[in-house]
Amino acid sequence: MSAADAAVAARARAGRRPSAVAAWFRLLRSELGLVFRRRRNQALLAVLVVLPVTLGIVLRLSSPRGGDGGPNSSLLDQLAGNGIFLAFLALTILLTLVLPLVVAVVAGDSVAGEAGSGTIRYLLAVPAGRTRLLSVKYTAVVVFGLAACIVVVGAALAAGAALFPVGPVTLLSGTTVPLSEGLLRVLFITLYVAAGMAALGAIGVAVSTLTEHSIGAIATVLVIAVASEVADNVPQISAAHPYLPTHWWLSFDALLRSPIDTTTLLHGLLSFGVYAVIFLSLAWARLTTADITS
Amino acid sequence: MSTDTEVATGDPAATAGAPGAAVTTSGLSKRYRGGQLAVDGIDMVVPAGSVYGFLGPNGSGKTTTIRMLVGLIHPTSGSLELLGTAMPGGAVRVLPRVGSLIEGPAFYPQLSGQANLARVDAADRTADPATARARIGSALERVGLLHAAGKRYRAYSLGMKQRLAIAASLLRPRELVILDEPTNGLDPQGTREVRGLIRSIAAGGVTVLVSSHLLAEVEQICTDVGVMRTGQLVFQGTLEALRARGARRIRIRTALAGKAAEVLGTLGLADVKEAAGEVSAQLGERAPEEVCRELVLADIPVAGLDTPRPSLEDLFVELTGEGFDVGG
Repeated sequence: MSAADAAVAARARAGRRPSAVAAWFRLLRSELGLVFRRRRNQALLAVLVVLPVTLGIVLRLSSPRGGDGGPNSSLLDQLAGNGIFLAFLALTILLTLVLPLVVAVVAGDSVAGEAGSGTIRYLLAVPAGRTRLLSVKYTAVVVFGLAACIVVVGAALAAGAALFPVGPVTLLSGTTVPLSEGLLRVLFITLYVAAGMAALGAIGVAVSTLTEHSIGAIATVLVIAVASEVADNVPQISAAHPYLPTHWWLSFDALLRSPIDTTTLLHGLLSFGVYAVIFLSLAWARLTTADITS
Repeated sequence: MSTDTEVATGDPAATAGAPGAAVTTSGLSKRYRGGQLAVDGIDMVVPAGSVYGFLGPNGSGKTTTIRMLVGLIHPTSGSLELLGTAMPGGAVRVLPRVGSLIEGPAFYPQLSGQANLARVDAADRTADPATARARIGSALERVGLLHAAGKRYRAYSLGMKQRLAIAASLLRPRELVILDEPTNGLDPQGTREVRGLIRSIAAGGVTVLVSSHLLAEVEQICTDVGVMRTGQLVFQGTLEALRARGARRIRIRTALAGKAAEVLGTLGLADVKEAAGEVSAQLGERAPEEVCRELVLADIPVAGLDTPRPSLEDLFVELTGEGFDVGG
């Protein structure tokens, strides 16, 4: 059989060629399957269920009276009157370390894990396409970050409803809105926090393209997040605060005021977008030029 | 990505470089960032339909070359074509027609063999998902892993892992299959199985490029060989051409070995070696019957005479160097 004959026969047996979009979603499904079926990642999501529930029980048992002057005192005050505030409280607390950790694990592992195990050379020889693989990897990180936020809020809402009264929501600005509007605001807050996590995920994917060791990548992302939070609390460099990657994470409380402080929210989303674009560009530049020797 | 869409259905497999070559490289070089010159200007030609044994000691640049062929490593200089398509620019077009096993198997330990192949197939944008299950099944069957399809990869033996990697290269009909050290770490039984697999792949008209640091593992199945040494291609051609390269010697069994050696010396034969009851030398341009006549005329009793060729193994070692001088 000549090479040309072999080629024709090969194509006849290869079946129909899918569209580029369908093929991209097939790879994304495969990637999401890997991420969500991995025991370690499932354990992380389980932690995100347990923590808000535990928080709710502890607060219920200590029955907060409020006015203790702590940083979350206003949220604590509100919680006694409405279980929905457990969602805001849980997000506020978990955003300092646990949510960034969860995103850092999945993002830091995304490329480094495949490089470390050598599977990346088989994906690229297929060829999966370096840009295409990166886009799928990052999308999976964003989806996992969103899932993490939904899990936290879902668990907190369920625990809040079980442990505290639920009804019309009195916002931080003093206005009272119906429960349905309160839940709608919870939804927007979840999406806003997920956007912040997506920006962190972009940093994580970029770091992940630099090494074959996922643990190193994960630790680096976490150090970046914590260092940024620390710097955000140093008043001497307050001029730099708005440019820190974590600075706008907690600005979701703008959605708990009436009228909603859209300027702050847009600043936050702009910051997340800029971080995502910069770090995805770095990741792309690195991955598309790197020699794959693992 | 829109330019890629046409590909696998488009151009015929006409080769642009050397006609009828599945792989051609020209002055292909790779210098790593550390300054090490891993591949030093090789001109490789793998004829279409051949089984090309890519030989050389560990560290001679075989794997770096193969990684450049499939676009994992960017060449420092030189050019290369796969199936007539320039790489790495044409990777998206040509690589779906190329199956490869690169430097040992690497899969997800928590997934089954079947799920691992599904993952590889999902990465292929030109593969039809409707036929994936059937293609995965037949690839597993071909390498004899159907019984272990649902078993986790981490529980596979080394031979099974190696065969799974070969199955991954057979997920679709290919025109070229590149196997880097497919028998590495296998027992003789496993090595034989892999050889059988390579034969069956080649029997379908597919060009196979198989690398090994052991000539014996591939000499039975190769039609062509390329021999690497410290980043250079020191020999390339058919197996017959490699055999013919070996200088013929003449070996005489005689009671008067010392005297016979003198005669061979006066005849101008090089590399005369004398042992108990035996003497040998490089035959060069002389005819064996002529040497025999001279010996008899010199009153030397010739008890036996033959003209052995060096074994392929000897030639291989001669080309690649003994022991540890593989360079760095």
